[in-house]
Amino acid sequence: MKPVEEKPIDREEWARVGEYLRKTLDQDELTHCMRCGFCLPACPTYRETGLEQASPRGRLALMKAVADGMIEPDAAFADQMNLCLGCRACETACPAGVQYGRVLEQTRAGIALREPSSRIVRGLRKLFFKHLFPHQHRLRTLGWWLTLYQRSGLRWLVQRSGLMRLFPEHLREMEAVMPPASSMGVRERLGEILRPEGTPRGRVGLFRGCIMDVLFTETNCNTARLLVKAGYEVVIPDAQRCCGALHAHAGEEDTAKRLARENIEAFRDAQVDWIVSNAGGCGAMLVEYAHHFKGDVRMEEDARWFSDRVRDISQLIADVIDDLPLKRLERRVTYQDSCHLRNGMRVNQPRNILRQMPGVTVVELFESDRCCGSAGIYNLTQPEMSKQILDEKMTHVKNTEADILVTSNPGCLLQMKWGIRRAGLEHRMRAVHLVDLLMEAVE
Amino acid sequence: MLSSDVKRELQAVVGPDDVRDDPESRLAYSYDATPMYQSMPDGVVFPESTEEVQAIMKIASRHRIPIVGRGSGSNLSAGTVPVEGGLVMVMTKMNRLIEIDQDNLTATFQPGLITKQLHEAVERIGLFYPPDPGSMHVSTLGGNIAECAGGLRGLKYGTTKDYVIGLEAVLASGEILRTGGKLTKDVAGYDLTKLLVGSEGTLAIITEATVKLLPLPEDRRVMVAHFTDLYAAARTVSQIIAERIIPCTLEFLDQGTIRVIEDYAKIGLPADMAAILLIEQDGPTSVVERDIERIAEICRQTGAAHVQVAQSREEEVQLMSARRSALSALARLRPTTILEDATVPRAAIAPMVEQINRIKEKYGLQICTFGHAGDGNLHPTCMTDARDREEIERVEQAFEEIFDAAIRLGGTITGEHGVGLAKAPFLEWKVGKSGIEVMKGIKRAFDPDGLLNPGKMFAKETRRRVVIT
Ligand SMILES: Cc1cc2nc3c(=O)[nH]c(=O)nc-3n(C[C@H](O)[C@H](O)[C@H](O)COP(=O)(O)OP(=O)(O)OC[C@H]3O[C@@H](n4cnc5c(N)ncnc54)[C@H](O)[C@@H]3O)c2cc1C
Ligand code: SF4
Ligand code: SF4
Repeated sequence: MKPVEEKPIDREEWARVGEYLRKTLDQDELTHCMRCGFCLPACPTYRETGLEQASPRGRLALMKAVADGMIEPDAAFADQMNLCLGCRACETACPAGVQYGRVLEQTRAGIALREPSSRIVRGLRKLFFKHLFPHQHRLRTLGWWLTLYQRSGLRWLVQRSGLMRLFPEHLREMEAVMPPASSMGVRERLGEILRPEGTPRGRVGLFRGCIMDVLFTETNCNTARLLVKAGYEVVIPDAQRCCGALHAHAGEEDTAKRLARENIEAFRDAQVDWIVSNAGGCGAMLVEYAHHFKGDVRMEEDARWFSDRVRDISQLIADVIDDLPLKRLERRVTYQDSCHLRNGMRVNQPRNILRQMPGVTVVELFESDRCCGSAGIYNLTQPEMSKQILDEKMTHVKNTEADILVTSNPGCLLQMKWGIRRAGLEHRMRAVHLVDLLMEAVE
Repeated sequence: MLSSDVKRELQAVVGPDDVRDDPESRLAYSYDATPMYQSMPDGVVFPESTEEVQAIMKIASRHRIPIVGRGSGSNLSAGTVPVEGGLVMVMTKMNRLIEIDQDNLTATFQPGLITKQLHEAVERIGLFYPPDPGSMHVSTLGGNIAECAGGLRGLKYGTTKDYVIGLEAVLASGEILRTGGKLTKDVAGYDLTKLLVGSEGTLAIITEATVKLLPLPEDRRVMVAHFTDLYAAARTVSQIIAERIIPCTLEFLDQGTIRVIEDYAKIGLPADMAAILLIEQDGPTSVVERDIERIAEICRQTGAAHVQVAQSREEEVQLMSARRSALSALARLRPTTILEDATVPRAAIAPMVEQINRIKEKYGLQICTFGHAGDGNLHPTCMTDARDREEIERVEQAFEEIFDAAIRLGGTITGEHGVGLAKAPFLEWKVGKSGIEVMKGIKRAFDPDGLLNPGKMFAKETRRRVVIT
């Protein structure tokens, strides 16, 4: 792990963080870890480093040591917490049911009290968390600029002129796999309410996401179209916001809560039967709203109403797949889990859907349940670890000899595209979102 | 923190990244799977070869620094907690499977190899390494050997000591010791191989091991029997063995455990049963069929309320899942889970369980018991809260009484988890004064300066035996 550039002497600030953590960390959860180590094999950062402190058990022990006043947090402590992908594979493996993700969030909230020390990380976080994600219109505008950049030949010019060389390698590589951005989101394209086809099954509120709606607008449109085909009425409330997952994972609790409140209101007003997401990362956050407002008398009930209705798109489609008019797709397909979908929402329907698609041969990807290294903006903040994890993943992807690599989360999708490019597999395979693959097959 | 001299010397051996003494690293190696024990080492070192282990040991012995060997830290006797500081030597980078010798039916590997990985490698070519501790997904073989780990198949196949036939180890002086080999027979002198198995890192650091392998059993089947009467369940265990059938697995769950699992997992277990036996047999198909049928019959005769033989692999998994989810279910109940390891001759299972129940009532504690009935190896497990000092004191007293009861029934203080730090005060109860003296003599012969895993196995003070009223 690379040491971050540490500002000289800020003991006091760290002591403040320590004090805050001692007050806020969930002691019960930390005590619940019986240190059996069953989570070690599940953890990608433990596997890459072989270090106990980079394992879930180790991180929990560090948090507990801070909570107990055995150690004060410091830059190395923060590094260890930031090196965690937040993939929560450890939770699935844990016999004691330790809610690792929650205490990690609490810890990161404490660390966020203090400005992160690395300039790049600080800048990125500010840009994303404060100035972009919470503001749908800014994202739209960014989409517009990106479109202009991509379409006007500017991209071509930038890529060829060597200007990109000014950026770190991983940013350059990622730029190359960015899908065409759009200034028109799903709502602007399809309208607010879409009438169902065939027998009506209920009213679904589409959670459009933030990045999803700028970089993967087509996937959002396909999600709406697919639901319509399956007999759902689709509503896309305009008042909805970013889910707040990235904020919560990075310790920006207040913003996360504000966003959550606005989303809950937006969908309550829309009177929907379900709230559907097509991004595992968002979905896992949405189902946790109830937890975030626990004890808040004013919000608790609404939050539970909301969380109880959240479904991943695959859950709604799996039930009706037999009724969808699917043509044969003679393809070899493999599937990479979205950690948040699998470990956060505990959803496993995408596999069943793929298996039921006519003509499709499903090949299991070895360790498909292991994080791909994308993890929010982890691939930007921890490029080294992210690349290491990704390259290992790609050797397994290569072995599947699949034509199509399916995922169900935009972050993972981008990461897989980047991986395919890094591994030089572009001529052999492509990465797509499950929803887009389904729409390819719909007559 | 390490002194700068020592650190420099160690770095010269293993490179700068493989010696660590920052607070995070030291903290991360200050505990293992044993609840309530923790102590900071001065540093952590990660050797990658026998030569490096040797060089580290020489440095440590020159500076009189304690060395604690460590695999995955999954042991339950505080065996890797560095109570006297010093260096934790983590063996996980030495994790190569060196050879599977199909002519001699042996496997040779480095100590950091994960148990499960050896299983997978040998099973792929139709061979079998039976020891299967419940922790095999995470435990290292070095840790298994040092603890003489058991598992679910102990009844028929024995434990780790029955498979280790050759070792390479580094003594405290830095000298290399080689014992045994690929031989099935070897009586040249004392059996140092067996001595090192179960030595808990107090005699030498194991750097390579050779184990014998068996052919993979052709088939296996699982069944379960429910009992309304504890003694009937215990009688069944004895009866099965008396009829000369040795199942590969014979597991026991008491009523407390059954209730907790059912509350948590809702897998249709009968909460009104006093005990459940889970039985598995492996071997040639015809033998398995015959044995399972016989065992089912015995269960009916001894008064089982319900007998179910799995008809498919899925059903097997379902039945076994009760045993597998036992610990998970218990662990979710209260913040601290203390899993103990009292073992009695198998005929004494029922009285032992009764004793445990009596003791738990006496101290007002929540203790559930499950374990390897076929081996007499019980795991009374206490759900408590480490932060409640008063309750923890009662827990300690209760466990003392449980160990005492076990010994009085002809049993022992630990069947497979080792003595380490946690059981050290009780060792004398089992082996007696002369036993301790002989063991200390052996320790001196291997490690005259007492640098290897100090504080373990031999306590400064022995607990007085409790007198049961
Ligand atoms: C949930 C759970 C279930 C378990 N189930 C079982 C079970 O069914 N059966 C069973 O027997 N145990 C069981 N255990 C206990 C534990 O997993 C075993 O004792 C295991 O063998 C420890 O392996 P490890 O690699 O984690 O060793 P560690 O815990 O790291 O070390 C154990 C001991 O070995 C020493 N040691 C480690 N490596 C070396 C080496 N290379 N040379 C010399 N000494 C060394 C250490 O100093 C220490 O004394 C269980 C534990 C847990 C948490
Ligand atoms: S699996 Fe759970 S209880 Fe065990 S060490 Fe990991 S977090 Fe702790
Ligand atoms: S969330 Fe993922 S990376 Fe973080 S500790 Fe758990 S398994 Fe490891």
